[in-house]
Amino acid sequence: MQDDVIFSRAAGTLSAKIQCEIDHHTSRRIRERIDERLISERPSILVLDFSGVTFMDSSGLGLILGRCERADVIGASVRLTGLSDTLYKLVHLCGIERVKNLSVRC
Amino acid sequence: MKRIINEMKLRLPAVSVNEAVSRSVISAFMAELNPTVEELGDIRCAVSEAVTNCIVHAYRDLPEGKVGYIYISARLYEPREISVEISDNGCGIEDVEQARRPAFTTDSLGERCGMGFLVMESFTDSLKVKSTPGKGTSVLMRKNLKP
Repeated sequence: MQDDVIFSRAAGTLSAKIQCEIDHHTSRRIRERIDERLISERPSILVLDFSGVTFMDSSGLGLILGRCERADVIGASVRLTGLSDTLYKLVHLCGIERVKNLSVRC
Repeated sequence: MKRIINEMKLRLPAVSVNEAVSRSVISAFMAELNPTVEELGDIRCAVSEAVTNCIVHAYRDLPEGKVGYIYISARLYEPREISVEISDNGCGIEDVEQARRPAFTTDSLGERCGMGFLVMESFTDSLKVKSTPGKGTSVLMRKNLKP
């Protein structure tokens, strides 16, 4: 089975490439895997790469907002990359670009 | 009366693995209308939200070991319209207007962001929600696909 999150590290940046559909069923495991690395590595930037995500509903928004909160506690910021048009539409609809420690790159 | 092209009914246990199942079934069902990638994505997302609500909220008070059911009923109409009704026999919603408000959630422990109804409403042309506390909830979504 393909790994659902692939991590890479460069200087102060921790990248998490998510490679599965994100719904309520899958988001818990993704969240736990990212939080484990975020807490142990304490990066200054957490990159969430969505280029391998083929589906996301509002569970994904909860996942993003939750990681922003966790990152804020350790003074880190969160960057979203690889959002398809469909995923960006969802992110934009809910206005989460306004979260202070979050930036979005398509 | 609009002519019905096709219709289906589906009953699934309210367990989270069926979020993906319901999306896959609806994708296959609407393939006949030859939807665009965007239209397909919109319906898949709206269905996923409604089904997730049944799983997360509707049956939260069921005793351990008991499973509730989700009922999905879909129709394709001429020329290019889809309707999907998703219902449950769960706890119901006390205040539907409040539940539909963006960012409202009763899930204080998890990471639900309260955007489910906003997504259903934005990704379809119409959304009707009927709910009776103690009896269940039904959401009816309709979308006209581009000619």
